[in-house]
Amino acid sequence: MNISLFIIAIFLVLALYLGIKARKGKDMDMEQFAVGGRGFGTFFIFLLIAGEIYTTFTFLGGSGWAYSKGAAAYYVPAYIFLAYVLSYWLVPKIWRYSKQHSIISQPDYFASKYSSRSMGMLVAVLGSLALVPYIVIQLKGLGIIVSEASYGAISPVAASIIGAIVVTTYVMISGIHGSAWTAILKDFMILVVVIFLGIYIPFHYFGGIQPMFETVQSAKPEMLILADQGLSQSWFISTVLLNALGFYLLPQTFMVVLSSNGERTLRKNAIALPLYTLLLLFVFFIGFAAIMEIPGLQGADGDLSLLRLAIQTFDPWVIGLIGAAGLLTALVPASVMLMAASVGLTNSFYKVLVPAANEKQQLIVSRLIIIGISIIALIVTVTGGEALAILNIMSYSLITQLAPALFCSLPKSNIINKYGAIAGIFAGVLIVLYATISGVKIATFLPNIPHVINDISTGVIALLINIIVTFIVSGLTKNITIHGKQMNNMNKSNIS
Amino acid sequence: MNAIKLLLWVPFIGFLVFLPYANKIEPYILGMPFLLFWVAFWMVMASVILMIVYKFDPDNKGSDLE
Repeated sequence: MNISLFIIAIFLVLALYLGIKARKGKDMDMEQFAVGGRGFGTFFIFLLIAGEIYTTFTFLGGSGWAYSKGAAAYYVPAYIFLAYVLSYWLVPKIWRYSKQHSIISQPDYFASKYSSRSMGMLVAVLGSLALVPYIVIQLKGLGIIVSEASYGAISPVAASIIGAIVVTTYVMISGIHGSAWTAILKDFMILVVVIFLGIYIPFHYFGGIQPMFETVQSAKPEMLILADQGLSQSWFISTVLLNALGFYLLPQTFMVVLSSNGERTLRKNAIALPLYTLLLLFVFFIGFAAIMEIPGLQGADGDLSLLRLAIQTFDPWVIGLIGAAGLLTALVPASVMLMAASVGLTNSFYKVLVPAANEKQQLIVSRLIIIGISIIALIVTVTGGEALAILNIMSYSLITQLAPALFCSLPKSNIINKYGAIAGIFAGVLIVLYATISGVKIATFLPNIPHVINDISTGVIALLINIIVTFIVSGLTKNITIHGKQMNNMNKSNIS
Repeated sequence: MNAIKLLLWVPFIGFLVFLPYANKIEPYILGMPFLLFWVAFWMVMASVILMIVYKFDPDNKGSDLE
């Protein structure tokens, strides 16, 4: 075992220890397991929400995008900080309703708001469909990081399997508490590693940050601005808006919101979190430095730019610490994602099928589902394939189709009903699936359309159609609803 | 919805509407090409604006526990 692998192994054991110890002193019921008894204050909520953005995608993909696509990579921090601005207004409303109705997962929220179990099931399935690719990306990223950082002493597949076992173990034991405790270790490590690398590398190779950018400018100026077409400004703006809207609709982020101990905690977090996205600038610096220092990484290999450049620059023990930070950026988000998917499925399917199930039985089922999802994610990780890349692109576009149903559910009287919401979601999801799998863009149908419009994210177009369908179907079915359960909710809106 | 929350629109409009004018390399500011600086500037501004909103938002007065 070399020194890097040894350091990574120590951090893995430490994460497992913290993750298991987190359970101590908690009487585990579903609420405690899923949302920490709604007891997390500003500090833990900060770490958990921040944890959802500093994933292996940020670590590998952030530098990888800067390396292979240049300024287009800025879309990541851009949508994240705008999502936090939106969250100030949005998430306290979700938290308040969920607290009043003892809701512990996203599908429950929709099921309760629309008094519809079908709605809950639809949201649970859609959420899991969006989550599995995310978990796979974490496991895959973990494999790559540990394998590269250990100089190939351990294979990516073996690393992914070990990582999956560790994260599954502590999530099953401690629930979200395990995620919160390991998040402390993770954020400390990632802060130190990213800031150090982001400053050291530009100074070491170029004598500063501005000299580095000037070198890139003289060799490849197109990397520093948005392109005229393809990943253009209209792509950037539409993607940023879509993802900002979708950020708190991701089941794992939604769940973290519910684990807060109050509305004010969430608002305070909204203030601090945009500053935390500044950390991504350092990740970009590393990617831009790699353009000049280690050219020639093609396609997906661009994601290796950070690790390859680090290996070329530092001694093995530093690489071990980078590998450990990378490992933690996979474990923490993956743990919350596993929780979110399993609790959502337990509540919308198991509880419906077996209404008499007590807390203990629900916990057992949740844990079994966690194992099930881990195994599915591992199989996909190992077998890989085209389907994963497609699902990954779709995750945000898919989950954002819940936005009309969410936003309409916020006011006291909902102007749409469950039929409209479900029809709209189906319409949006089908368009996303069709467009992504067949690769069509607007220009396929209207070849003369300007690039400004053609580059608009498919998710945005699906969302517009979703909204139209939602309102039309809600209008057509309002007479059905008015005789139904939601009579009280609907009365006011039908007048207007 | 209280009026102070309307300030939340500012980062969206400020950042995205003026993006076409910020899509350039020069001038460099704080060592960064202009476009990257523009992104970073609005991250900080978002935080500042949220702090102002938080301070004047009547929802944050009184007890947190309803």
